[in-house]
Amino acid sequence: MGKQINVALIGNPNTGKTSVFNALTGLNQKVGNYPGITVEKKEGICKLPRGVKAHIIDLPGTYSLNASSLDENVVIELLLNKNDKDFPDIAVVVSDVENLKRNLLLFTQIKDLEIPTLLVINMADRMSYKGISLDIDYLEKHLQTKIALISTRKNEGIDNLKNLIANFKDLPISPCLNASDIDKDYFDNLRKAFPNQLLYKLWLVITQDVNFGKTDRNEIDAVADFKTKSKGDLKRLQQRETIKRYQFINNALKKGQTIDVSQAKDLRTKLDRILTHKVWGYAIFFIILLTIFQAIYDWSSVPMDFIDNVFASLSEGIKNILPNGAFTNLLAEGIIPGLGGIIIFIPQIAFLFLFIAVLEESGYMSRVVFLMDRVMRRFGLSGKSVVPLISGTACAIPAIMATRNIESWKERLITILVTPFTTCSARLPVYLIIIELVIPKERFFGLGYQPLTLMLLYLIGFGSAVFSAYLLNKVLKIRSKTFFVVEMPNYKLPLFKNVIFTVIEKTKAFIFGAGKIILAISIVIWVLGSIGLNSNYSNAKEIVNRKINENGFSKIQAFSLQNKQERYKNSLIEDYDNITETQISDSINYKTPLFKKAVINDEIASLKLENSVLGYIGKVVEPAIRPLGYDWKIGIAIVSSFAAREVFIGTLSTIYSVGSEIEDDENKTIRAKMQSERHQSTNKAVFTFASGISLLLFYAFAMQCMSTLAIVKKETNSWKWPVLQLVIMTTFAYIVALIAFQLLK
Amino acid sequence: MQDTLAHLKRGEKGIITDVSSIHIPLKLLEMGCLPGNLVQLLQLAPFQDPMYLNINGTHLAIRKETASHILIEKITHG
Ligand SMILES: Nc1nc2c(ncn2[C@@H]2O[C@H](COP(=O)(O)OP(=O)(O)OP(=O)(O)O)[C@@H](O)[C@H]2O)c(=O)[nH]1
Ligand SMILES: [Mg+2]
Repeated sequence: MGKQINVALIGNPNTGKTSVFNALTGLNQKVGNYPGITVEKKEGICKLPRGVKAHIIDLPGTYSLNASSLDENVVIELLLNKNDKDFPDIAVVVSDVENLKRNLLLFTQIKDLEIPTLLVINMADRMSYKGISLDIDYLEKHLQTKIALISTRKNEGIDNLKNLIANFKDLPISPCLNASDIDKDYFDNLRKAFPNQLLYKLWLVITQDVNFGKTDRNEIDAVADFKTKSKGDLKRLQQRETIKRYQFINNALKKGQTIDVSQAKDLRTKLDRILTHKVWGYAIFFIILLTIFQAIYDWSSVPMDFIDNVFASLSEGIKNILPNGAFTNLLAEGIIPGLGGIIIFIPQIAFLFLFIAVLEESGYMSRVVFLMDRVMRRFGLSGKSVVPLISGTACAIPAIMATRNIESWKERLITILVTPFTTCSARLPVYLIIIELVIPKERFFGLGYQPLTLMLLYLIGFGSAVFSAYLLNKVLKIRSKTFFVVEMPNYKLPLFKNVIFTVIEKTKAFIFGAGKIILAISIVIWVLGSIGLNSNYSNAKEIVNRKINENGFSKIQAFSLQNKQERYKNSLIEDYDNITETQISDSINYKTPLFKKAVINDEIASLKLENSVLGYIGKVVEPAIRPLGYDWKIGIAIVSSFAAREVFIGTLSTIYSVGSEIEDDENKTIRAKMQSERHQSTNKAVFTFASGISLLLFYAFAMQCMSTLAIVKKETNSWKWPVLQLVIMTTFAYIVALIAFQLLK
Repeated sequence: MQDTLAHLKRGEKGIITDVSSIHIPLKLLEMGCLPGNLVQLLQLAPFQDPMYLNINGTHLAIRKETASHILIEKITHG
């Protein structure tokens, strides 16, 4: 039978709701040891005993039914609207055994809504560690509910939980205390005026502005008359209510819970003494960041070289195996180099995700929030803005959603607006390849210049985020109450399974998301590059051959030939220990006709490219980007990366593949291709220190991500902010890149 | 003048005597910041702000501004 019940998982932040959700549904939603990981409703299905099917809803954490931030509103709106299709048949309150007292406050409130309520006490594995023991029978009686003592980490008690959910009809629905005692007259009047409504629900409506289903609206509007009490009076009543609830909870726990302090091991105090220390706290934070960047380089160079070579040989192999033709060319010159351009960064991006996941799972994030609040406040941000700014290094989209737990709207808006400045993983490929090209490999006190440059770019990202926050704070005329409460969770050893899962999920999402766009764009680029615009395109071969027959090699071509010979010579010397001068010159002479052919073919390919549709478009953009030190090919890559930054490398490598006919051995990887790229008119390298730095800065500041703009629109509910972001950031990027190139060239 | 939470020094404890409900967000009360409860200052960030507290078993950080609206009675160890 298709019997399906709605089960809502409700509880304070960070109590393990999502972990319970994952255990019940077998799904894998993101878990993290920081309050506010889940900010939206997530749904899944769970099969219960006796053929009952449960529709499980994971909700953002909330401390109470009095919402103070956006993510908490989601919970209240669901619980107060009986007509919602997700309105729960059973509310499962998930609590953390270490914070039972505080967790029970929410429980007592939900009981007042007269929904069947089940209490889950999670993290049972921590009980012995903290010297906690519980009298479950006593608590069940006192709290008028059933209790499931579970540990999602040890996977204990889940079956019992499923049983209890299936038998939800047996749960008592009466409130466990009588909160209306706090002002008898007032509540009696209220009850008389609205005999059909739940008293507690009325009270919630009176004290706050929550959204209800339309049907309830009219009746509830009448409640407005009951706002007779002044705001101050209402707040005092709420305070009395809270005290009353805690009295009840204290009574229940006095007998129901014993904590043997001598048994408790306190790692927290020791770690906090160092990690939140005035000096050491910051030093450690800085060292952690430094380590991350160094590791991104040191750990991933081997797999990266491997991937790079695989893709290069794949291109070559396909050309050899498949018959010559348009499709083969599309594969070998368009799609494979385009995809290879992004896949090569999997190792580095995965490491970045790994570090972020470990920081989130360990409980360290809240300490950073604590350390940074004072500093951030100067710039109109909240300490909590640090979390979006850090997780923005993976991707700005979840980061912007993570701002929902910031209480003050102004601080939240500013955080949303500046988060795209942080270096997201889509910028990473661009940075890495350009750094590789223009920054020396040497080390400085054991730290490589290249990782240092990368770290500098990240700091520039944070710096500009913070600086623009400062300006926004001055400019924006929004008055909103600022207050700040952040819970400091216990330290936890990150669960290997959770961390790895997060890393794989995020990397997959990145690669597939980027892969789709890159695939599409590299096909477009290849097609545009293969359509000739004029007779120069179709006669390229003859034109080049004629020129060379008449005038011999031009200076640039001669230089290119010499270059090839030089490189071949060096490789010979490297490969053979005792090779003689004559042997070398013989080999070179033998190879020279091949080299000449390669030079001629390159010339033909680039003449074709110049006279293709792509070349034409490039010529149109060129004047705009010339002052920044780029050639038209980079121009095209920049234009195509307005959809998403990571497209840049894919586009470039497609263009370079189309623009060179023969791939000799040393010239096949993307990096090598970029290195040997030269300005056609001057024969100067395209990627120099000056143009490289200029590109890096352009990418650091420009707003090039459609999805981010879309999410900003969604979270701010207006087009004004994303448009402003796009215009200001991109203009600024252009100016900075211009100045940098003109100063350095 | 009575002590407020903002006057606590690192490691010191106190009992909350009153909270000015107009200035204190309800959320904080719900997290256990209520008259009669024990509070200890665990850490101070630079510039003495924010403050990392243990209130009634809950570990949380609040800004000094907020703390100055919470009245306490210091516990002095005899
Ligand atoms: N020791 C222990 N840790 C657990 C257990 N269940 C969850 N955790 C950890 O508790 C932390 C919070 O878990 P989540 O499932 O993200 O909690 P949540 O309630 O969904 O949190 P928010 O979405 O932020 O409100 C994570 O670090 C989990 O690994 C458990 O049974 N034992
Ligand atoms: Mg969650």
